Amino acid sequence: MSVLLVLEQSDGKIKRASWEALAAALRLGPAESITAAVIGAQTAALAAEAAAKPVGKVVRVEHPLLAQYTADGFCAALQQLIQNESPTQVVFPHTYQVRDYAPALACRMGQVLIGDVVGIDDGPLFTRQLMQGRLNGSYRHSGNGPCFVSVQAGAFRTDGIDASATAGPAPITTFTPTIDAAQIRCKPGEPFRGSEQTVDLGSAQRIVSVGRGIKEAQNLPMAQELATALGAELAASRPICDNGWLPMERQVGSSGQTVAPRLYLAVGISGAIQHLVGMKGSQCIVAINKDPDAPIFEVADYGIVGDLFEVVPALTEAVKAAKQ
Amino acid sequence: MKIVVAIKQVPERDAPVRIAASGKWIDEADLQWAMNEPDAYALEEALLLKEQAGGEVIVVSAGLERVGSTIREALAKGADRAIHIVCDDLNGRDALGVARLLAAAIQPENPDLVLTGLQSEDVGLGQTGVILAELLGLPHATMILHVEKTDAGLNVKRELEEGWFQSIELPTLAVLTMQSGGNKLRYATLMGIKRAKTKELRTVSAAELDADGAPTVVLEQIAAPKKQKSTQILPGSAKEAAVALVEKLKTEARVL
Repeated sequence: MSVLLVLEQSDGKIKRASWEALAAALRLGPAESITAAVIGAQTAALAAEAAAKPVGKVVRVEHPLLAQYTADGFCAALQQLIQNESPTQVVFPHTYQVRDYAPALACRMGQVLIGDVVGIDDGPLFTRQLMQGRLNGSYRHSGNGPCFVSVQAGAFRTDGIDASATAGPAPITTFTPTIDAAQIRCKPGEPFRGSEQTVDLGSAQRIVSVGRGIKEAQNLPMAQELATALGAELAASRPICDNGWLPMERQVGSSGQTVAPRLYLAVGISGAIQHLVGMKGSQCIVAINKDPDAPIFEVADYGIVGDLFEVVPALTEAVKAAKQ
Repeated sequence: MKIVVAIKQVPERDAPVRIAASGKWIDEADLQWAMNEPDAYALEEALLLKEQAGGEVIVVSAGLERVGSTIREALAKGADRAIHIVCDDLNGRDALGVARLLAAAIQPENPDLVLTGLQSEDVGLGQTGVILAELLGLPHATMILHVEKTDAGLNVKRELEEGWFQSIELPTLAVLTMQSGGNKLRYATLMGIKRAKTKELRTVSAAELDADGAPTVVLEQIAAPKKQKSTQILPGSAKEAAVALVEKLKTEARVL
């Protein structure tokens, strides 16, 4: 039994989501059974960072063609590494990058990724969300070959990790895959920001966030009035920004901002997974929704089930009255 | 350009979902169905590309007979013809099993470009397009908001995390998975709906495609999620609930 853990980096540091994937890997096997892979053109610092964590060993997957992420480069490199290591399971953080290449890598090896996993039970059985978070499904890997798993951001806690630490740093080895420049069919450009940032939702103490339930752009001032009364910033779930009703910089969720204010008030937001990952760290979450089964209530401290067009103005009045 | 768009029919958003007696899927009785939203954006992008550069848009969808209504909607919006892969075991297939069906139906069309949504709103695997590319031996790019045809191939705008984007250049013959929000979705016109009835809708059975393989990932059971927090639901009229909430936020949560 062995686990290959694929770590992802950003700006030369291992991403937090990678350590959450390590926490998940530790559910599958002890630290000694885990091989952590760091990928790039220069990986010495990343490897040293990983070696201090509870893993059996660290492999530096290094090649000049891995300097910038491409699905073709990563698939080629990892396929060779997996053939070399023959792990029972391959664990990834469920990032945009992993979503881009891991399904192809698994397919190349006759496997299917169990993606966006939020829980691991004996078996192993992997839990992932269905129907926009309204249901959970238990998945099992069958057949031969490695089981590929990616884990959702925030689903596995990293605080227990260091307790499983092994004595001293893990040994580091280097693996040089064979990659030909002709294998890489896409040419990625440098990342860029969508627009000028004029609001920092990350530092807001209170946020009023609106979703599809608001129905029309002309109803936004009602939510803005509540936000003003609370001294809160106005934010939104993806569909509102997709429609151009609020700028992209006010979008909360996996493709927008991650926020953790003291108060997060979700108005007409059903609570799709992509939204929840961006706000579930908030100190106090309030949900106003007409559907009592909306997934937003899974994470809410307080809820009002009702018509937001009645509740929001009433709440604005109540907040103003409480201030007097 | 000959563009194939793979679309999926999913339960309408906010439709009440009940677990079926089998415990392995939802009860489909009384459900309303709709086109998966990211797939609708893939169709929109294909129609825009056709309007700019000419060509043909072919829609492919797999599933039961009911999928025909979603295919007709795509034809009404402007797709030229469609292929319906009739199969009754879509939910029992893993992502590779679904992609095999699509690949087998798409391959003989020799398209110039294949588009699909980045994920479905029901099972949300987010893998079918990427696996499809692998099976067709094509390069791919995911979470794409805009597609521009250039002399050399394609230039696409890819969404990254936390408000970042990236441009990617790739050959035209590729599979792209589309993110929602890049364009405004069009509605079918009355004329479009009329014309859709006369457009070619070819059906092919999964058995004819001969694209089966044993699944490597099996959905054992579905269940309602356990609550992560105990939510206090504030009862009463809108006004009563609002007043009670403000009180709680002040004295209990201490966030006001």
